[in-house]
Amino acid sequence: MDLRYTPEQQAFRAQARAWLEANVPKQPLASFDTREGFEAHRAWEAKLMAGGWAVVSWPVEYGGRGANLLEWLIFEEEYYRAGAPRRVNQNGIFLLGPTLMEFGTPEQKARYLPKMASSEEVWAQGWSEPNAGSDMAAIQASALRDGDCYVLRGQKTWASRGAFAHWLFGLFRSDPASERHRGLTFVLVPLDAPGVTVRPIAQLDGETGFAEVFLDDVRVPVANRLGAEGQGWSVAMATAGFERGLMLRSPARFQATAKRLVDLYRANAASCEPVLRDQTVRCWMNAEAYALDTYRTVSRLLAGGKIGAEASLNKIFWSELDLRMHETALRILGERAELLPEAPAAHGVGDWLDGHLFALSGPIYAGTNEIQRNVIAERILGLPKGA
Amino acid sequence: MRFGFDEDRLLLQNSLRNFLASECPTERVRALWDTTTGRSPELWKSLAELGVTGLLAPEAHEGMGMDETFLVLLQEEAGRAALVEPLVATSVAVPLLVELGARALCERWLKPIAVGEAIVAVGHPVNAFVSDAHVASLLLLAHEDEIHALAPAEVALVRQPVNDPGRRVFSVRWTPTVATRIAHGPQARELLAAALDRGALACAAQLLGVSERLLDLAVAYAQQRVQFGQPIGAFQAVKHHLANVKVALEYARPVVYRAAHSVARRAATRAIDVSHAKVAAGEAAALAAKTALQVHGAIGYTWEQDLHVWMRRAWSLELAWGSGRFHRERVADCILAPGARIGPGTTFEGGE
Repeated sequence: MDLRYTPEQQAFRAQARAWLEANVPKQPLASFDTREGFEAHRAWEAKLMAGGWAVVSWPVEYGGRGANLLEWLIFEEEYYRAGAPRRVNQNGIFLLGPTLMEFGTPEQKARYLPKMASSEEVWAQGWSEPNAGSDMAAIQASALRDGDCYVLRGQKTWASRGAFAHWLFGLFRSDPASERHRGLTFVLVPLDAPGVTVRPIAQLDGETGFAEVFLDDVRVPVANRLGAEGQGWSVAMATAGFERGLMLRSPARFQATAKRLVDLYRANAASCEPVLRDQTVRCWMNAEAYALDTYRTVSRLLAGGKIGAEASLNKIFWSELDLRMHETALRILGERAELLPEAPAAHGVGDWLDGHLFALSGPIYAGTNEIQRNVIAERILGLPKGA
Repeated sequence: MRFGFDEDRLLLQNSLRNFLASECPTERVRALWDTTTGRSPELWKSLAELGVTGLLAPEAHEGMGMDETFLVLLQEEAGRAALVEPLVATSVAVPLLVELGARALCERWLKPIAVGEAIVAVGHPVNAFVSDAHVASLLLLAHEDEIHALAPAEVALVRQPVNDPGRRVFSVRWTPTVATRIAHGPQARELLAAALDRGALACAAQLLGVSERLLDLAVAYAQQRVQFGQPIGAFQAVKHHLANVKVALEYARPVVYRAAHSVARRAATRAIDVSHAKVAAGEAAALAAKTALQVHGAIGYTWEQDLHVWMRRAWSLELAWGSGRFHRERVADCILAPGARIGPGTTFEGGE
C-alpha cells in the first residue's frame, strides 16, 4: 500500500489546477436543461477541448491525454475543487465513448469520438420505454433490417439530455421473434433524422432534462450499429458497467458537496438542532469512504482487475449519500429551505433546493437502487434468482 | 499511489484464516466460555508460533518487525473466528513498550510476548474496564498523564460480568507510585494517544471480520431455508436486507485499511482516520448483527445457534476503545474546525 502521489501525478494535478483556475467561469452557467444553458455548457466543453481537458482519459488520437484512471481521478478532484460546470455531454464522453472504443469500428471511432469530445455533438440515452423501465429486457422498439438500413419504430422515454441533444444511443429489437435479452441491437440515432419526434418532458424541477423520443419508420444506416446485430445487450451492459461503476459519478463530486455542507453547517451551527452536527459529519465521512473505495477499485483495475457487479454497490452508496447530504442541508436551512434563488430573502440558501430535487433522482436513474440490490444479492452474494 | 495489499500480506492473512478455521472453530470458542479463565494458553502459544503476538515487536526481540498494514488483516481474521484471545491489547502494548524506549522493559517483556509466554493487559482512560487483566503477567495502566507498569501481585481485580461470555473485563484497584511509573507528561500523553489509535484500529479491523462472518452466515441460511416452496433468499425483502449489509461492509473496509496505513506511517491524519474506521466498522457490524438475526428468524434467537457468538462480538467491539459517539465526536472536532482541510483532492494530503 502506497498512498503517495508520484511527482508526475502531482505535476498533472498542478497543471490541471492552473488551467481550471484560469478558465472556469466566474459565474455559474444556467442549467444545461434550458436552451440557453445547454449552449453555454457546450461552449464550456469546447473551451475544455481546446485546453486539452475535455476527455483526459481518452487516447491522444481522439483528443484525450491518454490519462490512466488515477490521473482521471486527480483531474476530477481538481474539476470539482474548481467548481467547474456540470458536464453536458456526460452520456457521450463517459458512457458511450468508452463503449465505442471497445466495440466500435475504426470508421465509427473516427466519425463519432472527436465530435463527442468537443460536444459539437451531444448525446442522449435511449434505454427506457413506456413498458421497459427497470425491466430493460422488455424493450419493444424495433430496428428491422431493410437493405443497408435499419428501420426504427417505437418509443423511447426518459432520454436524459434528449430535449436538446443531437444524437441518441440505445437498444432496439432487431429480431421480432426474439425475447428478452436476445435479438437486441445497439444503434446510434441522429435526432434530426426524418421520422424522429422529440417531446421534451418537464421534470420535477420544471426543466426539460429528459424527453420522449418517437421513432416513426426512421431509416438509419447499418453503419450506425455498434457491435454485432443481436448482441446489443452485452454492448449495453458494458455501458451500464461504466455508468454504475466509476465514470458516472466520481467521488470528487460528493466530496465537493460534503465540503459545502460542512461550510453550511458551520455558518448555521447556532440555530441547528444538535443531530445535524452528527449528520453533517456522517455525510463527510461517507464522501471520504466513497473516495477511498474508488482509489481501491482504481488500484485494482490498474493491476489488471475488472469491475463487475460491485458497480451496484457504488451506485447505491453515492446516490443515497447525495440524497442524505441534500436532506441534511435543507434541515440546516430550516424554514428558508423552500426559498427559490430569486426570493429576496434567499441569501445564503445556495442551490440546495435544486440540488435536492436532482439528488432525489439518484436512486432512480441508471438502474433503480432496488434493481442494484437484486444484482448485489444475486451476483455478489449468490442468492437465488427471484421467482 | 496503490491502495491495496501486496501478496505477502494477503498470504499471511490467509494462513491465519486457515489456522483459525481448523484450530478455533465455534465449538472451541463456546467451550472456553465455561472455563475459569475463558482463555486458552495452547491457542495463545500457537498464535505466537504463527508470529501473530509478536507481529509488531522488533526482530531483535523475537518479533516479526511488521506494522499495522499486516496486523489489520490478521485482526480481521480474529474477528471472523470470534477469537477472544487478547490480540487487541497486545497490538497496543507492544508498540507502546517499543516507543517508550525503556530498554529494561523491552528486554524483560517483548520476547515473552512474542513467544506467547506473557500477556499484557492495558488500562486506558477511554475504557472503563481492563480486559484480560486476570491472565496478564504485566499490566500497563494509565493514571492521569502517567503510565504505570504493574505486576499481577500489585493489583486487585473485580470481575465485571458482561454480555459477551467470551469477554473477561475487570475493574482494577491499584496504587500508583514512583516505582511503578514508566512514563509521564508529554511522553505519556503521546503514548496514550497512540494507544487509543491502535486499540480502536484493532477493534475496527476485527469488526470487519465479524461483519463478514455474520453476512456469510445469513446468506448461507437464506440459501438453504425453504419457505413458500423456495429458498427465502429468493425473496427481495431478504435480498435487500443482505445487500444493505454488503454495502455497509464494503464501504467500511477501505476506511479501516486506510486507517491502518495511517497508523503504520504515523500520518498526521491518523487519529481522524482511525475514528472514521471505528465508526464505519462499528455501524456495519451492528447492521450485520441485526440483519443476520432477522434473516435467521426464530432459530437465530436461540442460544444453541451460533449466530449470537458474532452478534455479541459485534456489540462488545463496538463499545471497546471508544464508542461510536466518542469517535464521531473526534471526527467532528477535526473537520468542523475553522480552516479544516477537506474537499476534493485532500483525501491523501495528510501523507506520512
